[in-house]
Amino acid sequence: MVGAEFGFYIDPQRCIGCRACVASCGECGTHRGRPMIHLDEMDRFASTQTGPTVCMHCEDPICAQVCPADAIKRSEDGVVHAAQKPRCIACSNCELSCPFGVPIIFRGLEQMLKCDLCYDRTSVGHRPMCATVCPSQALLFVRHEELAGMRGNRPLREFEIGALRITTRNAVMVPDPEIPLNLDASLLCPEGGR
Amino acid sequence: MAHTPQTLSALRKQFGPHLNLAPPGGWTADPEPDRVVNTHCCFCGQQCGIKLKVKDNKVIGFDPWEDFPFNQGKLCPKGVKRYLQGNHPDRLVSAMKRTEAGFVPMDLEEAMARTTTEIQRVQAAHGKDSFAVLSGVSLTNEKSYLVGKFARLGLQTKNLDYNGRLCMVSAGAGNKKAFGLDRAANSWADIEGAEVIWVAGSNVAECSPITTDYIWRARDKGAKLIVVDPRITPLARTADLVLPLKPGTDSALTNGILHLLHKWNLIDWDFVNAHTNGFETALEVVKDCTPEWTSATTGIPVSAIEKAARMWGEAKTSFLLHARGIEHHSKGVENVLGCINMVLATGRIGRPNCGYATITGQGNGQGGREHGHKCDQLPGNRDISNPEHRAYICSVWGCTDEELPGVGQSAQEIMNAIHAGEIKGLLCLCFNPLVSLPDTTFTREALEKLEFFVVLDFFLSETAQHADIVLPSALHEEDEGTSTSAEGRVIKINKAVDAPGDARPDWQILVNLAHRLGRGKFFDHFTSPEIIFNELRVASKGGTADYAGISYEKIERQQGVFWPCPTEDHPGTPRLFEQGHFAHPDGKAKFIPTPWRPPMEVVDADYPIWLTTGRVIFHYLSGTQTRRIGFLVEQCPHPYVEIHPRLAERYGITEGDALEVTTRRGNLVLPAKVVTTIRPDTVFIPYHWPGKLSVNQLTARHLDPVSKIPEFKVSACRLRKVSKDQFPEELLELRRMADQASSNQPHLPEQVM
Ligand code: SF4
Repeated sequence: MVGAEFGFYIDPQRCIGCRACVASCGECGTHRGRPMIHLDEMDRFASTQTGPTVCMHCEDPICAQVCPADAIKRSEDGVVHAAQKPRCIACSNCELSCPFGVPIIFRGLEQMLKCDLCYDRTSVGHRPMCATVCPSQALLFVRHEELAGMRGNRPLREFEIGALRITTRNAVMVPDPEIPLNLDASLLCPEGGR
Repeated sequence: MAHTPQTLSALRKQFGPHLNLAPPGGWTADPEPDRVVNTHCCFCGQQCGIKLKVKDNKVIGFDPWEDFPFNQGKLCPKGVKRYLQGNHPDRLVSAMKRTEAGFVPMDLEEAMARTTTEIQRVQAAHGKDSFAVLSGVSLTNEKSYLVGKFARLGLQTKNLDYNGRLCMVSAGAGNKKAFGLDRAANSWADIEGAEVIWVAGSNVAECSPITTDYIWRARDKGAKLIVVDPRITPLARTADLVLPLKPGTDSALTNGILHLLHKWNLIDWDFVNAHTNGFETALEVVKDCTPEWTSATTGIPVSAIEKAARMWGEAKTSFLLHARGIEHHSKGVENVLGCINMVLATGRIGRPNCGYATITGQGNGQGGREHGHKCDQLPGNRDISNPEHRAYICSVWGCTDEELPGVGQSAQEIMNAIHAGEIKGLLCLCFNPLVSLPDTTFTREALEKLEFFVVLDFFLSETAQHADIVLPSALHEEDEGTSTSAEGRVIKINKAVDAPGDARPDWQILVNLAHRLGRGKFFDHFTSPEIIFNELRVASKGGTADYAGISYEKIERQQGVFWPCPTEDHPGTPRLFEQGHFAHPDGKAKFIPTPWRPPMEVVDADYPIWLTTGRVIFHYLSGTQTRRIGFLVEQCPHPYVEIHPRLAERYGITEGDALEVTTRRGNLVLPAKVVTTIRPDTVFIPYHWPGKLSVNQLTARHLDPVSKIPEFKVSACRLRKVSKDQFPEELLELRRMADQASSNQPHLPEQVM
């Protein structure tokens, strides 16, 4: 059980691209050597912005809706689990349909594995591994009521992706739109550094 | 003649770097440990608390140590994967000797005996000082202290120095001049409450990752962040103000800021008058440093300089952090003093939420620079040329003043003296000068001239490949001791596993060597790290870096102790300089003026582009350890050249093209990484790699006259697009290994050879 009072908050603004989340995810006892997190450079030409993608744990998960084997379950605490081993036929429906690109079919295992919010850790009072090690706390796991006093930006749990409206357990922290994201060093030099 | 006996590719085949990808026994092995050991990361100066999982005398993984106050479980990827340096195919498990046919294993006893006779032979022929020691500050305090004593009383040479010379010495010298003491002035807790944070020359996100969260916690409460760096690093990306100055112009910027603080009367006169000396002279020097002059010199707009001065000047609380970006200069000490002058003028030090620190880079960069590891220093940060300091240490060591050598040469100067044939023998541990010193070609020539060269290491580093004898040493997790983090917190390193084969902790090797050299009376009592530490406590007593009241038990109980801690009932000192009380005899801080001067090498018609160097998050220092860990190599297999698209266009370069970079020392060919996040007149290359991939082929041996730090951060270079066939073979090999490692399949190999 992951306590309902805890939320997982993803703040790409703080992400430093270090991949400690990826490195540590693969270290856990259940999916040894197989990280469940994607860490992408957004556009390295123009910025050092990077972004971690972890499972958002949708309220009505599309991966589960499209699963022909009914192998993907969402538990009462809102956690969407990896495909159950005897059922999963590794058809890739979940991989293809997830709006965030989270599930991964592992060839050889013939099974879809994904983030389960580190059940082994969270069930005994620890934070998920990635949110524990994250050096900038771009991945944050705290009680919901602690968040307000902690962070200036705002959690977002409702997404519109194409025609889909999605509500998720995890939240993305939305930055203050005032912050300019122009990252051309030449524009910070006199006369454009000419 | 210490030529490498085999071809480089034959050496690579035998000794690596190969990549460890999975824990002992592979990913399918049972992950349940027999025991878990609380210790610290073996890499950077953040010294994160970490738990190592141990099974069958092997480290099989890690767990976050959430109760350790500094990092509370946080780790960068180097810390997460550090356990893969153990159980490694490249590990040296016996002594090695260089023969015509290459390196071959050798009996440890025989290796120690031969090392002893060779040291004696070199010293008999050329004098005691003809044998030098180069050491490093990834060593614990115990080992750092011991190396200092071993060089002076074991080898009886004055020529001992260390790789901290490439790290924090400019900060150390600046701090001693201004404050009379060399340590971060505050624990990091004071960052969190600061209104303004000024980060000068520090890629915090990649080089001191945990500090990122301290800065963000301050920003969550409204703090403003100013970052000074020629590159828009990951932390700078979101900063309130970025000042992307021209390499080598840091002291011009701080002079310009001081000028404005004075002009706008944003000075804390009460503090300046009561607690400092020399403000008038410092002002005199900046009187012409107008924003216009500063802008013309630094390449930053006037408006940004004025905004920075206002933000800094008007704040009530602040924290200034700097690192190698301002310190790796021929005027590194002046750059540091320029920052300190900004802090002193505003009186924001020695109070809650008001602080200043260099972010020490190496694991034990703080503790390793305090206890006699440097050519001019004795334990407790004492001065080897001060008669009182010498007398005290002689009394602790039980030697006479005649037996204690004087000031020796610094690291680069030792290499110069080897090249000049003045130093004939070298013992090197915890240092890979062939990768980390500037002007690699010169370093290689020097190593090839040595009559006898012995290296202590756990892998056959590029430097060790030139040794006559290599003595196998222990990893961080194979020994215990203490280290002192960037904050000045003394922490306890705990042993997790035994060293394999003939590998021994460095302290045991040195104590044994000293005994064989007939100097056992000074060393034979060292039978454990704790005994060495207890002697260090006595030796440091009364010095500025006073550890007298710190014990292993107290460190564990308090989760670290901040020095100075003079007595057993003293809790330690997280914040220095409270009530404006500094460590100079008059209790005051000193403003030291920093008249502007350019770097030793500036761009010209032949070499029109600035070259600067630095680190990436996935590697540590010369890469001896991290270039052997699969995950880290996958993320960053080889160096590259960061170049702005406008500059790239001028040379017809696009992403991934082969770019030849040439300086007066040499040239290399690397792939271009075209990014807008760097000044258009500057290129950047990270430094962790050897041979043809080493940017230190290009850097110069220009030293700061005070700190003797090389000017890694400023060279003049020229660029040329070349064919991709000219990529060094090593680069292609690393790409192949990284590709093989990044297979995301369940049948991951344990190693990539
Ligand atoms: S390298 Fe530094 S930041 Fe990374 S885990 Fe080790 S001590 Fe922490």
